[in-house]
Amino acid sequence: MRGHEPRSSSSCAACKLLKRRCTPTCIFAPHFRSSDQITFAKVHKVFGASNVSKLLSEVPEEQRQETVNSLAYEADVRLKDPVYGCIGAIASLQKKMLELQHDIAVARNRLLAHNAAGGVNNNNSHVLLSPLDDSPQLAAFLDLVPYSDLMLLDGSGLDAYLFDIGQPPFV
Amino acid sequence: MNPKRCAACKYLRRRCPKDCIFSPYFPPSDPDKFACIHRIYGAGNVSKMLQQIPVQTRAEAVESLSFEAKCRVEDPVYGCVGIISLLQTEIQKTQTLLARTQAEITVAQAKHSQTQVNEFM
Repeated sequence: MRGHEPRSSSSCAACKLLKRRCTPTCIFAPHFRSSDQITFAKVHKVFGASNVSKLLSEVPEEQRQETVNSLAYEADVRLKDPVYGCIGAIASLQKKMLELQHDIAVARNRLLAHNAAGGVNNNNSHVLLSPLDDSPQLAAFLDLVPYSDLMLLDGSGLDAYLFDIGQPPFV
Repeated sequence: MNPKRCAACKYLRRRCPKDCIFSPYFPPSDPDKFACIHRIYGAGNVSKMLQQIPVQTRAEAVESLSFEAKCRVEDPVYGCVGIISLLQTEIQKTQTLLARTQAEITVAQAKHSQTQVNEFM
């Protein structure tokens, strides 16, 4: 048995593409099954097998599948959009977020205006309970979302990630 | 040897030819930019990627590759996909908030109409 290296019954997708022997300790084998050649092909085309191997060896084993998943996603997007890659997706999402912030601000102003107008009428008819007052649906609707949530829309939670991207330059 | 090699050729310790594909985008004043891209993608892959796109788009391609490489160095598990995931989560939360606010408007409008009817009666 000494010196004998058991031959893997089937090569992983990486070793198949790289035309090499797939060993039991192959770093790619748990994450690039032989049934899915395409994923590794994309990752290899964008990042290169040796870079992927280095990246995987630098993360804990339990996080390697997540790493492979994100690399595969990035590679896929880069191949579809060779100029902007994932940055195009980020720019689109930022734009969507800005539009939603605007819509929230408009809706909030409308609600404030309605409540202000309703306040005048409510004073005159506060003894008349609207049937809606006892409605659990109304209660749910009137359970105002803390507007401090809107602070998230300023991007404070994103600063750590956005690396001073500023206005999306790629849109 | 060109005394003013681009950052890529300096890093790769090679001569920087006049038609070097990297030199317009990797000035010697910013060695970290190429080092980071090389670490994640490799010089050969970047060169191939740049060759496959029109010249006028290469500067932007290099910027996007640089950003993604930085993200991957900072977060080896998720890279810039972490940003995408975070943005998608925030957008979903915001859409929910918008839907709730619009529902509140509807309820307020209905309440206002009901009050007006009561007053009329």
